[in-house]
Amino acid sequence: MADPTTFAAEAMEHMPALYSAAMRMTRNPADAEDLVQETYLRAYRGFSGFREGTNLKAWLYRILTNTYINRYRAKQRRPDETHLDDIEDFYLYRRLGGLEGARATRSAEDELLDQFSEAEVKEAVEALPEQFRIAVLLADVEGFSYKEIAEILDVPIGTVMSRLHRGRKGLQKRLYEFATDRRMIGDPAGNPPEGVEQEEVPTSG
Amino acid sequence: MDDDTNAEPLGPRVDPGDLAPGDECRKSLSQLYGFLDGELTLERRRLVLLHLDRCHGCEEAYDFEAELRVVVSTCCKEKKLPPGLRDRVAQALRDLSDEH
Repeated sequence: MADPTTFAAEAMEHMPALYSAAMRMTRNPADAEDLVQETYLRAYRGFSGFREGTNLKAWLYRILTNTYINRYRAKQRRPDETHLDDIEDFYLYRRLGGLEGARATRSAEDELLDQFSEAEVKEAVEALPEQFRIAVLLADVEGFSYKEIAEILDVPIGTVMSRLHRGRKGLQKRLYEFATDRRMIGDPAGNPPEGVEQEEVPTSG
Repeated sequence: MDDDTNAEPLGPRVDPGDLAPGDECRKSLSQLYGFLDGELTLERRRLVLLHLDRCHGCEEAYDFEAELRVVVSTCCKEKKLPPGLRDRVAQALRDLSDEH
């Protein structure tokens, strides 16, 4: 059995990152806390199997992800994943007119990104079907490499890329829906944005 | 459903004629995610950077996606741990170790 002091010293520093991922996975603080605690207990029990010098953070994420899938997946409806195939690449940027000639100005694009509230961005991520959400979290939030994600999820690298590709499209589509709902940008018919400058935008919440 | 059988090429598939003017642009956009993910070889990365220097349209697309990445990453990180979580986990680990 690994020395608990050693384990704590090395593993505890990753708790904020693990908790963030747990929040996006479970979508609520109580489950996220339980998931993090369970992850640490499992990691401690298995610490003797951890090879020193390898990636402790990735190893903890592997335990977190497996624990989440085993404990929480049963609770959740199986969401429809096929719609992600139909979304275009660079969905959000295209809708702003980028890549197609008659495009929004650069400042309008930057401004749009600034206008999304933190809650909206979180919701867009959390709305993704589980396997795509987890891939996006590991890559875009935690910065793991394809190879690390493949090891964490125990899938081939090609699968990681496929999930990231589709997850990112789904995320952009959801953000675009927020943007149109709040009239942050023009409608799909290409009408110009209304009152982007004047519109009151709630700050992050 | 099974999404796992077919590996995608690195980055988005871009249909010919779909987007920006030239082959170079299509190629650069198809490598956008690989680039932002830090997964391109040094040589490919160098070629992308060369193209972005010359092509404003692609540069803006890259910038937008990079900026979006920052927004997603920043928003998805919890700013602080729930009070007491660290202590509870530490205590649970001590309890576990006392059992042995």
